[in-house]
Amino acid sequence: MHTKSGSRTPRSLCLANNPDRPLACCLIRPGLPLRRIEAAIPKGFWYRGRSDHMRTQFLLNGRQVTADTTPTTTLLDWLRDTRGLTGTKEGCNEGDCGACSVMVTDTSGARALNACILFMPQLDGKAVRTVEGIAAPDGTLHPVQQAMIEHHGSQCGFCTPGFITTMATAHLNGATDHDIQLAGNLCRCTGYAPIIRAAKEAAGAPVPAHMHDTPVPFAENTSGEPKAGAAPPTTPGELAKWLDGHANGTLVAGATDVGLWVTKEFRDLGPVAFLNRIPELAGVTVTPDVIHMGAATTLTELQTAIAPHHPAFADLIHRYGSVQVRNAATIGGNVANGSPIGDGSPALIALDATLHLRSVHGTRTLPVAEFFIAYGKQDRAPNEFIEAITIPRQDDALRCYKISKRFDQDISALCGCFWIDVKDGTVTEARLAFGGMAGTPVRAQHAEAVLQGRHWSEAQIRMAMTALADDFTPLSDMRASAAYRMEAAQNMLWRAWIEDSGAATNVRAVMP
Amino acid sequence: MSVSKPLPHDAAHLHVTGAARYVDDTPVPAGTLHLAFGLSNVAAGRITSMDLDPVRAAPGVIDVLVAEDLPFANDVSPSAHDEPLLSDGTVHYVGQPMFLVVAKSHLEARFAARQAVVDIAAETPIFSVEDAMKADAWFEDVPRIYSRGDPASEIAGATHRLSGRIEIGGQEHFYLEGQAALALPGEDGDMHIISSTQHPTEIQHKVAEAIGVPMHAVRVETRRMGGGFGGKESQGNALAVACAVAARNTGRACKMRYDRDDDMIVTGKRHDFRIEYDVGFDDAGRILGLDVRHFTRCGWAMDLSLPVADRAMLHADNAYHLPHVRIESHRLRTNTQSATAFRGFGGPQGMLGMERIVDHVAGHLGLDPLAVRVANFYASGGHISGTMKVQTTPYGQAVDDFIGDAVVARLRETSQYDARRAAIAEWNAGQPVLKKGIALTPVKFGISFTLTHLNQAGALVHVYADGSIHLNHGGTEMGQGLFQKVAQVAASRFGVPLTAIKITATDTAKVPNTSATAASSGSDLNGMAVKAACDMIRDRMAAHLAELHQCAPEAVVFYAGRVRAGSGDYSFAEVAAMTYEARISLSATGFYKTPDIQWDRIKGEGRPFFYFAYGAAVTEVVIDTLTGENRILRTDILHDAGASLNPALDIGQVEGGYVQGAGWLTTEELVWDDAGRLRTHAPSTYKIPACADRPDIFNVALWDGENRADTIYKSKAVGEPPLMLGISAFLALSDAAAACGPHYPDLQAPATPEAVLRAVHAARGDV
Repeated sequence: MHTKSGSRTPRSLCLANNPDRPLACCLIRPGLPLRRIEAAIPKGFWYRGRSDHMRTQFLLNGRQVTADTTPTTTLLDWLRDTRGLTGTKEGCNEGDCGACSVMVTDTSGARALNACILFMPQLDGKAVRTVEGIAAPDGTLHPVQQAMIEHHGSQCGFCTPGFITTMATAHLNGATDHDIQLAGNLCRCTGYAPIIRAAKEAAGAPVPAHMHDTPVPFAENTSGEPKAGAAPPTTPGELAKWLDGHANGTLVAGATDVGLWVTKEFRDLGPVAFLNRIPELAGVTVTPDVIHMGAATTLTELQTAIAPHHPAFADLIHRYGSVQVRNAATIGGNVANGSPIGDGSPALIALDATLHLRSVHGTRTLPVAEFFIAYGKQDRAPNEFIEAITIPRQDDALRCYKISKRFDQDISALCGCFWIDVKDGTVTEARLAFGGMAGTPVRAQHAEAVLQGRHWSEAQIRMAMTALADDFTPLSDMRASAAYRMEAAQNMLWRAWIEDSGAATNVRAVMP
Repeated sequence: MSVSKPLPHDAAHLHVTGAARYVDDTPVPAGTLHLAFGLSNVAAGRITSMDLDPVRAAPGVIDVLVAEDLPFANDVSPSAHDEPLLSDGTVHYVGQPMFLVVAKSHLEARFAARQAVVDIAAETPIFSVEDAMKADAWFEDVPRIYSRGDPASEIAGATHRLSGRIEIGGQEHFYLEGQAALALPGEDGDMHIISSTQHPTEIQHKVAEAIGVPMHAVRVETRRMGGGFGGKESQGNALAVACAVAARNTGRACKMRYDRDDDMIVTGKRHDFRIEYDVGFDDAGRILGLDVRHFTRCGWAMDLSLPVADRAMLHADNAYHLPHVRIESHRLRTNTQSATAFRGFGGPQGMLGMERIVDHVAGHLGLDPLAVRVANFYASGGHISGTMKVQTTPYGQAVDDFIGDAVVARLRETSQYDARRAAIAEWNAGQPVLKKGIALTPVKFGISFTLTHLNQAGALVHVYADGSIHLNHGGTEMGQGLFQKVAQVAASRFGVPLTAIKITATDTAKVPNTSATAASSGSDLNGMAVKAACDMIRDRMAAHLAELHQCAPEAVVFYAGRVRAGSGDYSFAEVAAMTYEARISLSATGFYKTPDIQWDRIKGEGRPFFYFAYGAAVTEVVIDTLTGENRILRTDILHDAGASLNPALDIGQVEGGYVQGAGWLTTEELVWDDAGRLRTHAPSTYKIPACADRPDIFNVALWDGENRADTIYKSKAVGEPPLMLGISAFLALSDAAAACGPHYPDLQAPATPEAVLRAVHAARGDV
């Protein structure tokens, strides 16, 4: 299967009892007295057929560089192994710890990204600043560096370069919501308190001039022969054509999921097409009828654009990955990935969103809810890609509830997104979409039927909660047990009811 | 004096610029090779065949080694020689190294390690406490028992009796820098190892055994770790030994670092515990008799499990006097990662068991748990009022420095505990969905290695003729600020500014036979050893000047970078030059051993600890009774670091320790599946606290007393004790659940949303 990337979510698709990411060695063949272990990975490998080097041109700490790498060389490996810039650290190699954070500037501005799951060609035409480039060229420390020293914000120091780049990026952008800006940087030593004190202290200082980077032009992709596997399509039409000719190819947008196929699974991506040169795929447009999201719209862009229309969706996106992940991940990738626990899909289903698929044969549309056929199976031909997603303009009636062990940057145990339209005390429209309750994101049809057209009342909610047991048979895994999933899902419906009565239901809104 | 100043970490300026070097950042010689292990995916069994040809055929592979290829010892165990570097033909857990790949790059080594075809005849694995008890799979042939008085009769005769059980999950260290080592082969069989380890001497010892040379041929160097927390006390052995063997074979530098998933799958974690108890108590909650059973899953190899389980028993009292108590400890062998050292080293589990018992007693009597705590504290100062009789621990150590009551009383006041408890009850009464909870818990933590001979340290100090000072000692730097604290000691002894001191990497060629930097002992032991070395040089300088100026050596004063002797007043550099020219040695070793400790771990009798460190925390939380979601709202801490060597670094340990302890008991859950595979083996699935998980209001203060014991500048150890302040977060969640109904919530650890929701049901009496 090839999917457009950009999605976060389940490396471990355990909801369908699939094995988790393979260990360094092997698969067990169950049921045999002799357990045979063999390579879990197809013998085709990342660097077989990876002679298709690509040329990437960007600004590195203020100086223009041209890199000649395989399409799936990560920025982190390139910085450390090729450039000897070892300030940027590898903490997890999967985009969850932030030790490899770098600042990347393009025409839309500066943002923090995880270098460990960032492929070199994604940087083409941009500017990269690593921890080595945060102090001024004369060695004067950046205000966040100075404040981190003064407030004792580093102990072992290994996470510190990532914190510094993330903090310096937030400082450049004038962002002072420090808890959110730093949710993607893990620290095991300090308990974060001194880091936040440092961030607050530095917030008032002016941005040093050298931090303003100017992106460079795209590279002419002319390292030797322009190889088929390294094609840079620039329009959706070209992309459709490319995909038609490369059924075994992989589309890469944000690489927050595809990146792990490479760094953790050594999967051969086949020919790769990067979507960063196709402006038509990016961005959100609001018309009188629809909210139109290009498939390569990042979660960060979507969060900002959707907030005025559906604030609950924006709040949900706030819990999707971290700043670094949302800056890379795309809504199209999140849906295309097909994960049963991706958070975008239940919200889009509840919003009655439409998927726009494109191929050389033209475009077709279908409700997002119908895209997910079964676990690991979506309604998409091999030569089709998601071009856009649209949401009808409608008065907001969306609620989103996500449950995970950790509030920030965690994958949902379950996620419930409810569109409950109540007019004159009657439910005129009920769309109850869940992630984490089945092999795909899916609507709770029995529960919806109980509510649809009925009085919005406690009794009816109680019945809908009971009906939910007919909709789902969730599984147990490392995130939650089946029983908990069912009870929490039922209680989400109760929460929807009781919060309308004015009861406080959000632990995040409570003050000490 | 530079001691007691809140100076920044010595490497802070390197941390923030990315210039601080860790093992993987070290420039390496051309042709350096990279290593990876091939891992078992079966929890228990016998290897019947291993086809490594596909591994050898993989790109970039130079060599592949199995156990038979190892030239000397195949062992990386820190204790019982039961931990082969490479499988000896049997496998004992999912993740056990079976073969070693040597390749041209890190990625090629990792890829090749997955290409093997291995047949394993599976055997029945032991995973659970029940499995292990049924199979008599103990690490010692009997359970250890420490006992005082007559608990059985006291429990039987008590007005109130309770029984209960708590499951306490383990914890992954999640040091941000994974395990790493680099071996640089020298001439004539010498080996230079650069390792991310808390225990360079152990690495030296295991490498020497593995390559068949005396320890003098192996030099181990550690400048810093990117976090340790106990996870680099023994778990780095395998990488260093693998690198040394491969470097010996190839004559080339060899480097190994685990990918994060491998790190979590291969290496040990904090021991999980089941604690069962029977307790008898009076109407005030005073505990008359207590019987506690510890069951801990130690994993496949012994590693450090015996002293860990001992320390859990030694903290089964926490801050409470238990005249009639029996503590039984089962150290169980299971087919999982070998559980290992982790900040607190069993202490946190033992302490949580006791705090849980106190909480349960209070719940049963309908009392504020704090009242029950106060009723059971050791006597103030150790002395029972009006007498000079000192109360003793269950293992017979006199608690003659008890300040837990005073610390708690002060914190109770400054945190407005009583008023807030009342306000929370009122708030809860008006809330149908959300409930708040609050808990104040004390910490009393014993300081010293319980293996008495480890309580020693060495130092090497040179003063150069220009007055600059080279400082070396056996402690390692993992972020705790040890190097800076010890440098502050050295600067104070010589009366020079800190800039005169060069902090250098821990190096087995400079200070031999060191103990691990563990048991919170770093600054206590090494600070004293450095003081001894500095004083020796200082005394030589003073004697020389005294002779020159015809004054008493004691009258020579070292101050502010200068030295005054009689009418003479010199810069420190001038004195260094003068002493050199007088042909007097400016180099000295220092040595220290902790006095007054002795311990019989089999009998459970003696004085294992030089002193106790104290602290207390109040945590307020809120829970959602529909989903169990929860959040820490406010934490107030008062912690005893004695006369702090560096209050800024000590507060850093307290804040960080608290959050790490709270993480252990809330979001951090280790899950293994039925095949024994760890399912939470990366930060995507194993959730340490993130930024927003720290308390919104976080007030941390240090107790303003000094250590009664004669420690370095009367300071106290501060590495481990604050972790246990996090217990207050767990019991605050229990308190919030208790607000939902009349029954005891029986919260289990970690308190994930699911566990909290279960506790809500338990409080309500739902089944």
